[in-house]
Amino acid sequence: MKDPLVTLSGIVKRFGDFTAVHRLDLEIAAGEFIAIMGPSGCGKTTTLRMIAGLEAPTEGQLRIGGRLMNDVPVHERDTPMVWQSLALFPFLNTRENVEFGLRMRGIGTAERRRRAVEWLERLEIREFAERSIDTLSGGQRQRVALARSLVTEPQILLLDEPLSALDAHLVIRMQGVLTRLQRELGITFVYVTHSQSEAFAMADRIVIMSGGRIVQTGRPREIYRTPECRFVAEFVGRNNILEGISRGDAIETPLGVFPAANLPAAGRRAILVIAADLVELSRTGSEGSIPCSLISEEFVGATVTLFLEAADGTELKVQLPERALGDLDLHAGGRFHLSWPDDVGHVLAEN
Amino acid sequence: MSARITTALLLSWLLAVFIFIFAPIVASVVFSFNSDRFPTIPLGSFTTRWYDMIFADVEIGEAARNSILVSLSTSVIATMLGFATAYTDYRYRFPLKGPYLALILLPPTIPLIIMALAMLAWLSWIGASGQLWSIIVAHSVLTAPFAMAIIRLRLNQIDPNLEAAAWNLGSTEWKALRSVIMPFCRPAIVSAACLTAAISFDEFAVAWFVSGLNKTVPVIILEIVQGNIDPQVNAIGSLVFLTSISLVVIAQVFFISRVGRA
Repeated sequence: MKDPLVTLSGIVKRFGDFTAVHRLDLEIAAGEFIAIMGPSGCGKTTTLRMIAGLEAPTEGQLRIGGRLMNDVPVHERDTPMVWQSLALFPFLNTRENVEFGLRMRGIGTAERRRRAVEWLERLEIREFAERSIDTLSGGQRQRVALARSLVTEPQILLLDEPLSALDAHLVIRMQGVLTRLQRELGITFVYVTHSQSEAFAMADRIVIMSGGRIVQTGRPREIYRTPECRFVAEFVGRNNILEGISRGDAIETPLGVFPAANLPAAGRRAILVIAADLVELSRTGSEGSIPCSLISEEFVGATVTLFLEAADGTELKVQLPERALGDLDLHAGGRFHLSWPDDVGHVLAEN
Repeated sequence: MSARITTALLLSWLLAVFIFIFAPIVASVVFSFNSDRFPTIPLGSFTTRWYDMIFADVEIGEAARNSILVSLSTSVIATMLGFATAYTDYRYRFPLKGPYLALILLPPTIPLIIMALAMLAWLSWIGASGQLWSIIVAHSVLTAPFAMAIIRLRLNQIDPNLEAAAWNLGSTEWKALRSVIMPFCRPAIVSAACLTAAISFDEFAVAWFVSGLNKTVPVIILEIVQGNIDPQVNAIGSLVFLTSISLVVIAQVFFISRVGRA
């Protein structure tokens, strides 16, 4: 890892009796695109606001570029943020919004305008320079918010669920804009989101938070294929989770005994995680396959998730490409058999 | 069919209400241009004599100057106070905030005559009664709650991140107040300034009690009316009405077009 740009060590944030963030340690490298992901109330936005200086940590140290930032006021930090609500200034036009940060730093009118226009061009919104903010579309406003934050050429950009208000097709486009910008500028992006697809599509590294703690950090693929705890296995992707007891080289679950690696000592409880996209579905049973009946399906374009129920009531999921469905008869109650290769199971020690 | 009758009835009712409210004012304006000394029908001929008289009258001129000075000063002071209290309410959470807001919004609920007496007692006790600025002080107290209420309404519409966004882009708290909060509140501030000026310009009771020898326009109107029947009063009244209604209309335009918008 390169030199860390941002270091959070032992950060605790309490609001009265409520602890929003528990002893958080995190290093963010210069030039890294990091996504902090978790359900609402997990402390991800509070963490971002502490980096920006909008909240003061109750305990611990926050450093940016080596400098201790705990007591540095917001306006001296140069940690611009793209807000979920965008927070554009409604009484200023597009160009004036972009110029705002430069104006606050006392930069002269001509220079201000030159740099603002440069950024408007870069984000392809030059033609809206003199337009009022409320005449712009959601995607255009998003670009104004980005230009406004980047015009001061910061080392770091904080993004707080910036795409959550956009239509699906615009989200994909803006993801492209963001990743391209981050690569071109080479600065650090800290992106807070609850959306797995946004985090996985853009980030170099993902931090998963739950209940004010970091539960796992890793590259998107690692998080997706090797969750380290039950929370991540349930929160990320579509996983089948089977509780069981280790027999050393296999795990005994209510659905049968499955060979698996990395099991705890025999007799200890463990969890077997099988990603829904690795499960195989067939009409006819084979040795060791699990008979199930179909409950419902979720169809989202190219992929389909089938929800099935085993004889003992365990719910299982299968994710298939839509074209692989072929002429399968998908009526509720239909009988199927599920199986998976021995090596795809991922084991978690239950704690 | 019955819906149309209902609509017609409601419209007539509305018209009747407007006539009831505006007929006396219209009458006053009409008689201010009437050559007869007594306000009777049939009317005499058209004249601007009463206007010429009031413009020539030194005492009325003095009162008009006083009124303008008082209402402008009141407007500035009350709007500043109103903005400060509304911002305090918007920005900070503190113990006893409820009582704080109740106290601020109290003055308009006190009967004017009580307020006027209390003001007189207090101002003479500290040796400040009978001055022009005594009226300014009293009117500022009286009108600041209106300014506060209008500006507070506007602040309720602000994106709670807007001010933080300004800090985040390098403004100090003062700069953010000046370059974000104040521009955002501008329509409400203009509105509050006009409304407080209008209230002060029309206010009689308090002005009469604390003004001493410095008469304002409403005070001089009463003096004229007490003396005899004089059509000059209609002329003054028409001008006062024109001034107040203009201020209120400006306030409304800003209020409805900007503040009223979601």
